[in-house]
Amino acid sequence: MRGAFALIGLVLLAFPAMAQEGVVADLSQSRVGITATFDGSEILVFGAVKDAKSEAPLGVIISVSGPAEPIMVRKKARKAGVWVNSEAVKVAAAPSFYHVVTTHPLEDMLTPAQDARYALSIPKAIRAGAENTAEFTEALIRIREESGLYAVHTGEVTLKENTLFRAHIALPANLTEGSYLTRIFLTRDGRVVARQATTIHVSKVGLERWIYALAHERPFIYGVLSLAIAIAAGWGASAIFRYIKG
Amino acid sequence: MQIYLPIAEVSVNAFLLLGLGGLVGILSGMFGVGGGFLITPLLFFVGIPPAVAVATSANQIVASSFSGVLAHLRRKTVDMRMGVVLMVGGLIGAAVGVYVFNILRGLGQVDLLVTVCYVVFLGIIGTLMFFESLRAIRRSRNPGTKLPPRRKHGWVHALPLKMKFRTSGLYISVIPPILVGFAVGVLAAIMGVGGGFIMVPAMIYILGMPTKVVIGTSLLQIIFVTGFTTLLHATTNYTVDMALALLLLIGGVLGAQIGTRIGVHLKAEQLRILLAGMVMLVCGMLALDLLLKPSELYSLSVWGAR
Repeated sequence: MRGAFALIGLVLLAFPAMAQEGVVADLSQSRVGITATFDGSEILVFGAVKDAKSEAPLGVIISVSGPAEPIMVRKKARKAGVWVNSEAVKVAAAPSFYHVVTTHPLEDMLTPAQDARYALSIPKAIRAGAENTAEFTEALIRIREESGLYAVHTGEVTLKENTLFRAHIALPANLTEGSYLTRIFLTRDGRVVARQATTIHVSKVGLERWIYALAHERPFIYGVLSLAIAIAAGWGASAIFRYIKG
Repeated sequence: MQIYLPIAEVSVNAFLLLGLGGLVGILSGMFGVGGGFLITPLLFFVGIPPAVAVATSANQIVASSFSGVLAHLRRKTVDMRMGVVLMVGGLIGAAVGVYVFNILRGLGQVDLLVTVCYVVFLGIIGTLMFFESLRAIRRSRNPGTKLPPRRKHGWVHALPLKMKFRTSGLYISVIPPILVGFAVGVLAAIMGVGGGFIMVPAMIYILGMPTKVVIGTSLLQIIFVTGFTTLLHATTNYTVDMALALLLLIGGVLGAQIGTRIGVHLKAEQLRILLAGMVMLVCGMLALDLLLKPSELYSLSVWGAR
């Protein structure tokens, strides 16, 4: 990693006076393969500030968001003595995974308008429906924060000499497939001054890929195969026990 | 050892799943129930999405029931003829049940209906069986008291189309078994289980079959019902997880063999009282779930196709 930093430094020296302040960043890996024994993965995000223009304190924000999907949030209520699902609200789009890693507290680094513009903090990253849904989106965030799918890690981006930065993003074991958008922002005085985006591709590989593809593309064969395995296992166990006994 | 399940898309401990399968397998072999009413809630608890849990437990039940049936076949405690008659009723019932289920799903609140169904049926069956077997045990302890004669000629025996069921030692009309099979088929499709816990008491108390024969015959019926369910889920919802099923059924088939061996060492009424106790326990847990205030009022589900 030290080598990568040195390389970035050299590149920066070679281009002394570009017009605009920018950010150069990369990931330790842009593909994550889910194998049968997958139990999470850690990705290193690293980069540097290009053509620093200001003396105002620098902030770095890194966000990783999984594929967005519509979510039905249901609320239970007591009716005739039993607890049943009563109200339901559809949240138009919520990322399956959303982690933000920053150098400072988000509210110190961004004005609310800038936060809304770049959809950075967790509530802003969720697109609620047209209805009045505050209570339901809060519940969605709470449940996903408790299960570790949503999180804000304040102060976990390491910034050196106001130029080089790096951070670790931990991807959990219960990851779903898809493209994970990774965004890197530089902030000064509550405003985003530079940004870059890249994608981490998460996909099943090997046996996992094969089973998943078979289940969706040849469902009948998959079903018959599942039954065949069940019957064979049932017979096998019976045969083994008979052998042991007799 | 953590393992990532390809369809459920979660990572769980492989040994935990083996243990769960084994536990349910033992019960399956002992009592002739598929264990669907037990394993599905347990899988929810482990964190498997409900749709995958329901479909995959059907697949695992096929394995443990098959293993159990083979053990019973060798003991000649399976009434093949009765099994076929029940199955005819069962398949018609399952088709009607799927139809009813779809209507109810259109109305919403299908979860509530399923839970209420469980509580009502488990509660009634558990309580009836419990008291009946308690009486039976008391009777066997005091051999002095007069045994009430078994009703040899109830309404069940007054119907036409009689058939000889040699293994069960019965000569009765085929109408009651077909009706029992039908009722179980309907409920099984609505509640998403094999229906053994309804079938077993129905065979004992309505058809008057001997307890030992009931278990093997029930397992035979369960294989076909759950096999059919597995195929249906695999082709319509893509929710059968092969890796999850494999782990569960390795535990399940071994458990079923052990369960069958425990079962033959127990007396019929002991077996019945244990099953009754278990049925009442599950019923109580589900009822509490409905009556107590949940710690999290909200629940999430991904909307639309997966």
